[in-house]
Amino acid sequence: MIALERRPQPSQAWSAAAPLLAVLLTMIFGGILFAALGKDPLVAIRTIFWDPLFGEFASFSRPQLLVKAGPLILIAVGLAMGFRAGIWNIGAEGQYILGAICGAAAGLAFYPMEARWLIFPIMVIAGGLGGLLWAMIPGLLKVRFGTNEILVSLMLVYVAEQLLAAMALGTLKNPEGMGFPGSRNLKQWVSSANPELIAGTGMHWGVVAAFIAVIGGYVLLSRHLLGFRIRLAGQSPRAAAFSGVNPNRLILVCLGISGCLAGLAGMFEVSGPAGQITIDFNSGYGFTAIIVAFLGRLHPVGILFAGLLMALTYVGGEVAQLTLQLPGAAIQLFQGMLLFFLLAVDVLTNFRFRFGRREVKA
Amino acid sequence: MTAALLDLKGLTKAYPGVVANENVSLAIAPGEIHALLGENGAGKSTLVKTIYGLVKPDSGAMTLSGKPYTPAEPRAARAMGVAMVFQHFSLFDALDVAENIALGMENPPPLRDLARRIREVSETYGLPLDPTRIVGDLSAGERQRVEIIRCLLQDPKLLIMDEPTSVLTPQEVAILFETLRKLKAEGTSILYISHKLEEIRTLCDTATILRLGKNVGTCDPRETSAREMAEMMVGGTLHVPEKADAMGGRVRLSLRGLKAPSPRAFGTALKDISLEVKRGEVLGIGGVAGNGQDELLLALSGEMRVGKSMIRLDDEEIGHLGPDGRRARGLLCAPEERMGHAAAPDMSLTENALLSAHARKNLMSRGFLKWGKARAFAEEIISAFDVRTPGPGNAARSLSGGNLQKFVIGREILQDPEVFVVNQPTWGVDASAAAAIRQAILDLATKGAAVIVISQDLDELMEVSDRFAALNEGRLSEPVPAKGLTVDRIGLMLGGAHDMHVAEEVRA
Repeated sequence: MIALERRPQPSQAWSAAAPLLAVLLTMIFGGILFAALGKDPLVAIRTIFWDPLFGEFASFSRPQLLVKAGPLILIAVGLAMGFRAGIWNIGAEGQYILGAICGAAAGLAFYPMEARWLIFPIMVIAGGLGGLLWAMIPGLLKVRFGTNEILVSLMLVYVAEQLLAAMALGTLKNPEGMGFPGSRNLKQWVSSANPELIAGTGMHWGVVAAFIAVIGGYVLLSRHLLGFRIRLAGQSPRAAAFSGVNPNRLILVCLGISGCLAGLAGMFEVSGPAGQITIDFNSGYGFTAIIVAFLGRLHPVGILFAGLLMALTYVGGEVAQLTLQLPGAAIQLFQGMLLFFLLAVDVLTNFRFRFGRREVKA
Repeated sequence: MTAALLDLKGLTKAYPGVVANENVSLAIAPGEIHALLGENGAGKSTLVKTIYGLVKPDSGAMTLSGKPYTPAEPRAARAMGVAMVFQHFSLFDALDVAENIALGMENPPPLRDLARRIREVSETYGLPLDPTRIVGDLSAGERQRVEIIRCLLQDPKLLIMDEPTSVLTPQEVAILFETLRKLKAEGTSILYISHKLEEIRTLCDTATILRLGKNVGTCDPRETSAREMAEMMVGGTLHVPEKADAMGGRVRLSLRGLKAPSPRAFGTALKDISLEVKRGEVLGIGGVAGNGQDELLLALSGEMRVGKSMIRLDDEEIGHLGPDGRRARGLLCAPEERMGHAAAPDMSLTENALLSAHARKNLMSRGFLKWGKARAFAEEIISAFDVRTPGPGNAARSLSGGNLQKFVIGREILQDPEVFVVNQPTWGVDASAAAAIRQAILDLATKGAAVIVISQDLDELMEVSDRFAALNEGRLSEPVPAKGLTVDRIGLMLGGAHDMHVAEEVRA
């Protein structure tokens, strides 16, 4: 008989090995999936993981890596703070949208003024604030009425999507846009543009913010009382209360941090790679960031690598869709598998297998 | 003497380091209500668990109705007519009464038949209970009735009840006693475990008293005074160490009419608690578990906020402050539950040292933590309190209960509290370590701290306390000097006669 036995201490080795094993298992089972779809699994895996970096058209796809990884990392670092404390913000996608809307709106209010030193910082602040305030809705409802933040934050994503459509079709619609939906192009207006900082790398201010968030998150979690209390509250709520954590304040702080970072990601996206507010501006970064946060073991440095890996599957997935005609859903399934396997392998951090009969206690 | 229903002969059960039952013999006659008395840790639970098939004795024999009785598991015990109502209920809140009862049965009849039988039993024994009600809506007393009816449906010959009245209102107690007397009249034997001496005197026919795992005597509680039974429970001579009187210093901590509902379901609300603790004084608070000890600690630690003026530290009203504010002012607490409350199981000892000591031990500056100092503090605790662990990097859950207890008590004491409140300071700690912890508490008082020790161990309280008070159903008795406190007075304070007028009558 095989039994799971709790380890006396969490295994450090398994904690580090689990993401790698999960990636490996995803490749194996993804390969089986692609084979079932009639594609050569090895070619498909190579197309996703290798070609975007070193393939024939890598110069086009390589910058995309940072462009995609930036918002994923930025959002995931914020989410990890809440997840560590047992506060489940599932609505980063909505906060991302609100950050984009608020950032874009704050900038466009000044159009066509030429004052980048003033307008771009205002947009950054408005973006962060927009995401933060949107996250305060589930936060305050939870603190005041005990609602479930998972449901409220998730449902607010759909509200945010409707708001986005309304903005793209109404309030923020480009007056010179020949009636097409969508705002003015922020990228083409020097005061609001979030350009590529180093040509050919995909580096923009959002990626810089993501790196700052990784460092800040790492310092917060490992060296600051707030980070300690976040970890304590997640592991042992009663011990946290004994230590002096105010659970309501912690809920608002964690939702605030994750909402703010998601809002910033949205703002940098709308002023940079996306360029304008459109009906389908959001592309699921807020949801994928949940996978990234867990794949990175809710650790900022882990999230940095997980974000890059996930960006690779995005870019590689697009390449695979083009060159191998793999369906988009198969790529999403592939990404979902990654989280699934990670959570499964994760059990081994705290448990180990015992083979043979369990000892019967008298 | 008629043939006994259940006869225990020489039962012995040892656990590593402690003999829970040593050569215990007792006989329960048919139709008898037999009380089992003893302090916490006297071996009562082990004994009834043995009878109910949860524990296998190391030696000794049991016979039920003259036949050898060796239940391998509770199912076998139930099949032979032994039923047990536990102190903690195992019911599903979301299901109704009949569904809950069906879940505990081997071959449940159709729910409609079962509901009818539940009604019959509840009418026969005067236990009002509607089988269609949802358990989540029931009071504690009604939940207990569910458990009792679950047992009665099996037509038991012996019903074991573990502290059944601890969760009941006086009215519910009266109903329960009527039921038990009806059962007795029908020939069912009842083994009744309680600390409440007055209850036992009104209800039981025979009482067996356990102390430190041994049967120290059997008596007829109707003919024996509460004083005599209390003496048998705690041992004829209570060791009252000579201890310097508290130096009549100024009052450090005072509670004025402290009232608070319990934050937990089935908790005990605190009712109008008033007390004062002076500089250099140790106030011992005794009482049976679940009478408000946890709630009192939560109210003092600041985890549960109470009215601002209900708690005064020196000349400041601090009832509204949280744990951080109270620690900063020198009021430190050590809760009973070490794993998950006093310490976070998955965190290292260094992190656990930081958990309550970050402010007072200067382990951070402007919110940034000084891990080096935290580690040094953890090492200091480990060496000063002889915590057995490879080092401060180990997770708290890798420590044994007693070792972790030494760690969490040491963590608070080494922070030099002005006022220190501790619940069950030596629970699960071996004798020598327990002595060291008590000594540390006394040293703390000698240095001028005011200390409150909440404990269920009478010997411990008598050893460390200057004054003693009993907590009973959320009420605190008037504290009295511990020196010269007689055994019967303690027994009466603890044993349910919390109203002193009643106590005087009993004694007369």
